[in-house]
Amino acid sequence: MTREKTDFWVGLFVLLGAVALVFLALRAGNLSSFSLAPTYQVQAYFDNIGGLKVRSPVRSSGVVVGRVSSIGFDNTRFQAVATLDIESKYEFPVDTSASILTSGLLGDQYIGLTPGGDDKNLDDGQEIIYTQSAVVLEELISKFLYSSASQGGSGSDE
Amino acid sequence: MRRLNLRVHHAYAELKVMTANTSPAAQNPLVEFHDVTLGYGDVTVLRNITAQLGPGQVVALMGGSGSGKTTLLRAATGQITAQKGLIRVFGHDMSQLQGEELRAIRQRMGVLFQQGALFTDLNVFENVAFPLREHTRVSEEQVLERVLETLDAVGLRTAAHLAVSEISGGMARRVALARAIVLEPELILYDEPFAGLDPISLGITARLIRDMTNRLHCASILITHDVQESFAIADYVYMVGQGRMIAHGTPEQLSASNDPYVRQFLDGAPDGPIAFRYPDSPRFDEWLARRKGRS
Amino acid sequence: MNIFARSIASLGSQVRTAIMGLGAFTRLLFALLGRSGTALSRFGLVSQQIHFIGNHSLLIISVSGLFVGFVLGLQGYYTLSRYGSEQALGLLVALSLTRELGPVVTALLFAGRAGTSLTAEIGLMKAGEQIAAMEVMAVDPLRRVLVPRFWGGVIAMPILATVFSMVGVIGGWVVGVVMIGVDPGIFWSQMQDGVDVFNDVLNGVIKSVVFGIAVTMIALYCGWTSRPTPEGVARATTRTVVISSLVVLGLDFVLTALMFGN
Repeated sequence: MTREKTDFWVGLFVLLGAVALVFLALRAGNLSSFSLAPTYQVQAYFDNIGGLKVRSPVRSSGVVVGRVSSIGFDNTRFQAVATLDIESKYEFPVDTSASILTSGLLGDQYIGLTPGGDDKNLDDGQEIIYTQSAVVLEELISKFLYSSASQGGSGSDE
Repeated sequence: MRRLNLRVHHAYAELKVMTANTSPAAQNPLVEFHDVTLGYGDVTVLRNITAQLGPGQVVALMGGSGSGKTTLLRAATGQITAQKGLIRVFGHDMSQLQGEELRAIRQRMGVLFQQGALFTDLNVFENVAFPLREHTRVSEEQVLERVLETLDAVGLRTAAHLAVSEISGGMARRVALARAIVLEPELILYDEPFAGLDPISLGITARLIRDMTNRLHCASILITHDVQESFAIADYVYMVGQGRMIAHGTPEQLSASNDPYVRQFLDGAPDGPIAFRYPDSPRFDEWLARRKGRS
Repeated sequence: MNIFARSIASLGSQVRTAIMGLGAFTRLLFALLGRSGTALSRFGLVSQQIHFIGNHSLLIISVSGLFVGFVLGLQGYYTLSRYGSEQALGLLVALSLTRELGPVVTALLFAGRAGTSLTAEIGLMKAGEQIAAMEVMAVDPLRRVLVPRFWGGVIAMPILATVFSMVGVIGGWVVGVVMIGVDPGIFWSQMQDGVDVFNDVLNGVIKSVVFGIAVTMIALYCGWTSRPTPEGVARATTRTVVISSLVVLGLDFVLTALMFGN
């Protein structure tokens, strides 16, 4: 086979590989949800970060408005700190609350933002004051047992 | 008991360049072996080999199977080094050469392997063009011209387009010869060039070897055990056997020799210094005793 | 007692031979990497090898990918519907392929098709004195023969694995959506939600590169060290498939633990 013909088929082969990669990245993967829009960062401290991962979505009213860019542990406040990249076109008041929620019953965890009512908006580098940690199943169960035990107890007192 | 009749090959004798001094000592020798011992590891194949050849000469290296002829060829190309003694090619001590220098020396020699050793993934043209492409920077037109010219010298110009699988054994040998000479080497080594060829191809090959040597004024070493063809074209003959150099001389001198080994070889006698019967050994005696014990 | 001692001795010598083989293998690998400048300066040779290794394997890879995708779609649906999670079919198919099946199955098929042909080709070149001819022609056979084949295999493998995964996803779609009737919107959106480009797709590509290096190198080594006889070449091709398969599966475990473990 001549040099030119070989080059043509090899080029086609490599092109096919590139197409396959792009297909997997866009159609199968979540690259299309990556936006190159400008973002600003805010911090949120939680007692328990649960199963939240880097690049987990940040949603408000169910719509993705940003991503978690990093998760760390603050050694002075002894809390988990999540840094959120929020798209610049979405502004949230300073009394917005951030909670770690689960999609579905046992799905992936994400941060849900519920806006407050303040006039001032969050700026780059500021902190979200009102946070709600992830729900840990064991704590939920023990809370339930405790409350049912105390109900039963107060019931028997009467 | 036939004696070799050189007059039958008068036609080839015409082609021989008759140098005034028929022994190859004379002018700047291209290849020299000085009291060389060759072997692999503990096994010694040949010892006390002294030989040389100069430009324009065809030298035949003869001997029975397993006599070490291929080992000598490998020593000349630098594939193995001498255990003792000195081997000089183009004036350079082969044992001192490494890497680039060795490669430079090898570019000045051409080797024709026994089965041709053509590259099976290339066609005839590409095979002959291979040394040009690897070692020179000539343009494609020049490559085309040179390769076709070389193929023409071996009579295969119009076979350039064929694949290696499409040509016969004799043709493959000729293509391999073309490949060996395309860079116009100063030394060509032929490993059993006549083995397994039909009479016509034999004649063609012998003629080509003599032609090339004359035209390129190079030196040619023929490793062979074909007495008839090689004696017809060789200027000098070295005969090895039983681990040493048995005899050397011009074909005429050897034909007239009385050495029993030379005689057995040239006359093709079944028994002589090279025994017909395989030698006895303790292992055989044991084996036989065991077999007899069973029956 | 004598038999016992002898079998220990033979085991010991087998282990020693294996370790020596590993050493020779590593030496050859570094020799090829050191000469890889040739791959750039004479890319035509590499391109030729990509053609022989890659393009010629495309058919078997695509067809296998399609069938694997079909099976994933079918089996996935049966299993997921037991738990009422048919919606996750797209996710199941895509993750299985990009993370594991794409790289691994492609590597195994590659070893069988391209690996054996490389081994046989090199072994026969050695047997036919072509390598010796090259050496006396002052051409380095490592540079001329092995290096282009090495890079051809390393480049072709990831491309083949990615094509396998793509065709597999399409195959899963054909079975899940077209034949069984899972909702296409849910099929794709669940998949896109769950398949992460970096964690899943890219890691799969990295795996296939590692497998490509391993399988190609093993094929070249077995061919290079084969005995120059017909039986020697036959045995070498068998060794290529067996060793490649085991190494790929073993590497897969190690890489999976490294990449997907927490």
